[in-house]
Amino acid sequence: MTAISQTSAVAETVDSAKLADRIKDATAAALLTVLLCVPIILLHADADIDGVLHANPRPWAVAIFALLAFFGRLAVSNAGAGVKKEARPESKIAATVRAATAKYLPPIGLVVLFVYPFVLLTLLGSGRSLKWVDSYGIQILIYVMLAWGLNIVVGLAGLLDLGYVAFYAVGAYSYALLATTFGLSFWICLPLAGILAALWGVMLGFPVLRLRGDYLAIVTLAFGEIIRSVLVNWVAFTGGGAGIASIPKITFFNLRFADEPDGFDAFFHLDYSPLHGKMFLYYVILCLALITNLVSMRLRRLPIGRAWEALREDEIACRSLGINTTNTKLTAFALGAFFGGLAGSFFSVRQGFISPESFTFIESATILAIVVLGGMGSQIGVALAAVFLIGGFELLRELDFLRAIMSSGTGVFVICLGVVVFGVIQSRKLAAQVAIVLIAAVFALRSFQLLPDAIFDKFAMPDFDPAQYRGLLFGLAMVVMMVVRPRGFISTRSPSIFLKEKKAVSGSLVKEGHG
Amino acid sequence: MDNFIQQLINGLTLGSVYGLIAIGYTMVYGIIGMINFAHGDVFMLSAFIALLVFLVLTQVFGITSLPVAFLIVLVLGMVLTSAWNWTIERIAYRPLRGSFRLAPLISAIGMSTFLSNFVQVAQGPRNKPVPPMFTNIIHVGGAGHDITLQYRQIVIMVVTGLLLFAFWWLVQKTALGRAQRACEQDRKMAALIGVDVDQTISITFVIGAALAAVAGAMYMMYYGVVNFSDGFLPGVKAFTAAVLGGIGSLPGAVLGGLMIGLIEVFWAAYFSSDYKDVAAFSILAITLIFMPSGILGRPEIEKV
Repeated sequence: MTAISQTSAVAETVDSAKLADRIKDATAAALLTVLLCVPIILLHADADIDGVLHANPRPWAVAIFALLAFFGRLAVSNAGAGVKKEARPESKIAATVRAATAKYLPPIGLVVLFVYPFVLLTLLGSGRSLKWVDSYGIQILIYVMLAWGLNIVVGLAGLLDLGYVAFYAVGAYSYALLATTFGLSFWICLPLAGILAALWGVMLGFPVLRLRGDYLAIVTLAFGEIIRSVLVNWVAFTGGGAGIASIPKITFFNLRFADEPDGFDAFFHLDYSPLHGKMFLYYVILCLALITNLVSMRLRRLPIGRAWEALREDEIACRSLGINTTNTKLTAFALGAFFGGLAGSFFSVRQGFISPESFTFIESATILAIVVLGGMGSQIGVALAAVFLIGGFELLRELDFLRAIMSSGTGVFVICLGVVVFGVIQSRKLAAQVAIVLIAAVFALRSFQLLPDAIFDKFAMPDFDPAQYRGLLFGLAMVVMMVVRPRGFISTRSPSIFLKEKKAVSGSLVKEGHG
Repeated sequence: MDNFIQQLINGLTLGSVYGLIAIGYTMVYGIIGMINFAHGDVFMLSAFIALLVFLVLTQVFGITSLPVAFLIVLVLGMVLTSAWNWTIERIAYRPLRGSFRLAPLISAIGMSTFLSNFVQVAQGPRNKPVPPMFTNIIHVGGAGHDITLQYRQIVIMVVTGLLLFAFWWLVQKTALGRAQRACEQDRKMAALIGVDVDQTISITFVIGAALAAVAGAMYMMYYGVVNFSDGFLPGVKAFTAAVLGGIGSLPGAVLGGLMIGLIEVFWAAYFSSDYKDVAAFSILAITLIFMPSGILGRPEIEKV
């Protein structure tokens, strides 16, 4: 590694030797990939009509993976050399962009969020904007709120909570049960759901928060699973796996969003439109999310917020300074749970139906992925990450052309080409130019139908479904994130207060401090 | 009484599988202090590898002798799963040494999500059934009792016992085991006296994966069905076993595994099978809160 980093600065002559090394490295990666792919990719266990499994071979898939590994490694081994060891100071442009983002994005974003439904209404009309308000606006904002709630626990206090979805479930079931059994309205249940979730947070947190950081993570995970298991098995109380249906919808000062004489639309002399209900829900979740944000932003400036951040950076130092670590952790935990509960009760009023299916571990992992990718502790980063991840996947789900190009084989082919080009560019200038010409030629030939379809058939993924790849990409993104930029891609948050000046050693470089 | 002994046999079988997985957790924790969250999914992956190798052996190569086929499945499964875990360690954990404290755990969670979704995409979301193996039954205690011991249960217990012995020998008597124990005590000091720390850690992951592969193959054989989501619950239970036995302690992992297996089986037999997962998770929480160092573990000293 050091040899490579030294040579990168020096002459071309050494470069060829370096290239040979890198090709050797990439070949090893490709061979390893073949070894790894041998059973799990090469063979596909299909059940025939009698239910007997047969292993069907897929040699082309292995070849594609090997190709990707070879050129991917070629690209990465070079890019990583020299850059990785000594952290480069941030360039001036990047710093300006970041400062500008931090300054102007929140107010602009706020305005955009508030006018979003009305802009859609004028542009698309009420029929087509329904989907955009519902599955993009509301859906994303729920995750923004959840991620902000979890951000208090993970980002500020540094407590890894893998069972956050449990509080979400407590909130959702609180509203669903209170509303269907006692007929309480959403507006009464909303704070109740939050308080109940916070109560659970305190009850769980009190014994558990004395544990070390990674033990805490596992216990919260166990707690999440216990809650879900109880929801599934306690049929008399929760309805079991079938869930709770026909949960009352949201009301506006007792006006229902329905096509009836005393409904919202009739009262305000509007034509009935289902969009009005959705728009109201949109503003409710927007306000709830903003409250979450506001509370955590303000608390961060109070002594308790400072204590959270100190706790995140170094627990032992905190203890020696006389901070009551258990209470400090407990407040963060309970507050996070409270907002999780609010989001949960909103979720159940929006869906009208809840079941334990919605509260699996993968949901916790998704929220955690958002917080991690957004940069733990950064409010704006987390919000942007939620928009990109949740909105991106909603978008992917709808793109029919994506499905079309993936199943025709063009998609995988293009990805392969991309990786090849990237790998070659990273190794040799001249080779890169040749490769670009070649790829252009391939595209030209393909578009004039001069290349046989048989080649592309090998890259085809006939039953491609973007939704399946969601978890795959989330998981991969979390790993890449931790390896490349552990404190966040979009934005990072270092402690908000320093004694005199920020020291050269930042928290991200310090390993010690078990929490 | 018959029922009790029957459940005891079932519990020990299940506990052996948990114990084998738990060793992977406990060794990795011992050497780098990280909860290898993806280990359960490595186990699931190994069950799939075992399934596919088994299908190829019986259908393509036409091996009819079940013990021979199963032996080959075990060996190939161990090799391939070790390669996977070695790669995972290289890609996802090694670059994080010296990063901030939550980084390896988050990376492991990402790896776990990735692996289960990868298998789902590669092999499809449905259950994969295999024909039953080693189905012969021995009646224990003569005709008067209703206790059965299946051949596959014997296979599991015998294989686990043999492996544990081999493994114990490896850790206690060889240079490799010495290096490993040295790294466990003090990584920096071990490096100073010439132990290749990176390589030792890699080998730890390889050994953990090999044992998980054996557990995976036996899981596939015992239950006759595998699914991409099978890694999560056994993984968490095996982790519970490692914690219960005292994380970092090898005999503790086996002991904890057997205890978790027995508790789960007896809970399902005498109380209700609905809440058997809740029982396992509650034990995890209770152990961690009241007895964080487990049964055989050493109390952890926090260093500044």
